[in-house]
Amino acid sequence: MAVTRTERKSIHTGDDVVRVRQAVRTFAVEAGLGLVDQTKIVTAASELARNTLDYGGGGEVRIELLQEGRRRGVRLTFEDEGPGIPDIGLALTDHYTTGGGLGLGLSGAKRLSNEFHLESTVGIGTRVVIARWK
Amino acid sequence: MAMDGTEVLIKTVTREEAAILDAWVALLKAGGALQTGRIREAELQTQAKSVLGQLGQALASGGTDTTTDAYASLRESLADISRSRAIQGFTPTDTISFLFSLKEPIFDALSRASGTDAAQVAAGIWSASKVLDQLGLHTMEVFQQSREEVIGRQSEEIAELSTPVVRLWDGILALPLIGTLDSARTGVVMENLLQAIVDEEAEIAIIDITGVPTVDTLVAQHLLKAIAAARLMGADCIVSGIRPQIAQTMVHLGVELNVISKSTLADAFALALRRTGRSVVRKAPSAPDESRR
Ligand SMILES: Nc1ncnc2c1ncn2[C@@H]1O[C@H](COP(=O)(O)OP(=O)(O)OP(=O)(O)O)[C@@H](O)[C@H]1O
Ligand SMILES: [Mg+2]
Repeated sequence: MAVTRTERKSIHTGDDVVRVRQAVRTFAVEAGLGLVDQTKIVTAASELARNTLDYGGGGEVRIELLQEGRRRGVRLTFEDEGPGIPDIGLALTDHYTTGGGLGLGLSGAKRLSNEFHLESTVGIGTRVVIARWK
Repeated sequence: MAMDGTEVLIKTVTREEAAILDAWVALLKAGGALQTGRIREAELQTQAKSVLGQLGQALASGGTDTTTDAYASLRESLADISRSRAIQGFTPTDTISFLFSLKEPIFDALSRASGTDAAQVAAGIWSASKVLDQLGLHTMEVFQQSREEVIGRQSEEIAELSTPVVRLWDGILALPLIGTLDSARTGVVMENLLQAIVDEEAEIAIIDITGVPTVDTLVAQHLLKAIAAARLMGADCIVSGIRPQIAQTMVHLGVELNVISKSTLADAFALALRRTGRSVVRKAPSAPDESRR
């Protein structure tokens, strides 16, 4: 599998979340994703970017255009050096929230993606990787 | 006679002011300063004359340190020019070229004045460069600041403009949402909606999200809050304009709005009319229409 293009965006304000959405949309179009898949990955990106901002205290996303044979896709890696998630299973439970949200962002992002990896260490930070393929 | 660069520069600029001005304005024109039509020749001439005059005075009383009080009025003039250009939509290049194209006429004048004394020419050019570069940086800083002010003002205007509540009929309101629903804007939207419900004694509020590119959990939560608050004020909400890709995404997210939704604003309006005991009927076809059948 080859990474044909990479872009990094820092996430420190609400406006950054909007910019992440726009950049992910551009990559999704480049990967040839249809309108539904574009909307899915952009929405998942919006959720993860806001979690990075609100809970991770800010961080960064790496957006990658992937090529595997004739298949193309987009991979997003969100990283923060925030407090980490003590119970990942709980955080991925629908409606679980510590911030007065709907508690659907993380689980929803997982359902909106083809691939989903979440690593988190308390006191070190959190990394979420998702991918959506054409 | 050995002169330092600053002295040469002061002398040259004062003595050759008219020649430098002519060459400068000619260069500005050749560089296309008037082509965009955003600035007239008389205005350009006035700006150039006043900047050069102030530069001569500033050099004479303050030397080459552009941060001194001697440069205050020149800096202010340059700031004004820069600001007005930023607002008129000039590019940074257009803006900075005004000042930087003064280099060539001054360098030429220095060569003429110092003749074969190469060291003196070099010293003069060095001083002139230093002054013009510092002033150039100042110009760019003001330009940048002004652009940011313009952008800031525009986004405030957009926040206000794009949240109108429209009265469609007695007791029926529509709220067409457009763009990104960040928290600051959503607050304004909610307030407008609730106030309009009170003012119009509305029974039904249609929230149209055709213009919202992404509906994530934050947007959904704002919608849910608006719907709940409207209900408390005695109005029912209908959500319209959920595009197919948004609908699918909302299902995956697990978001439920628990409210009636219609695909278009027109359908929502028709439902609202029915709900409030009204019906829309087509008038009986008149004679000319009949003949066309
Ligand atoms: N990057 C992160 N760092 C630390 N904790 C996190 C991070 N991301 C998520 N969490 C925790 O997981 C919980 C669930 O996240 P999720 O995105 O599902 O819901 P939410 O953000 O609370 O609400 P919303 O539905 O608006 O997204 C959060 O409330 C938070 O406690
Ligand atoms: Mg979240």
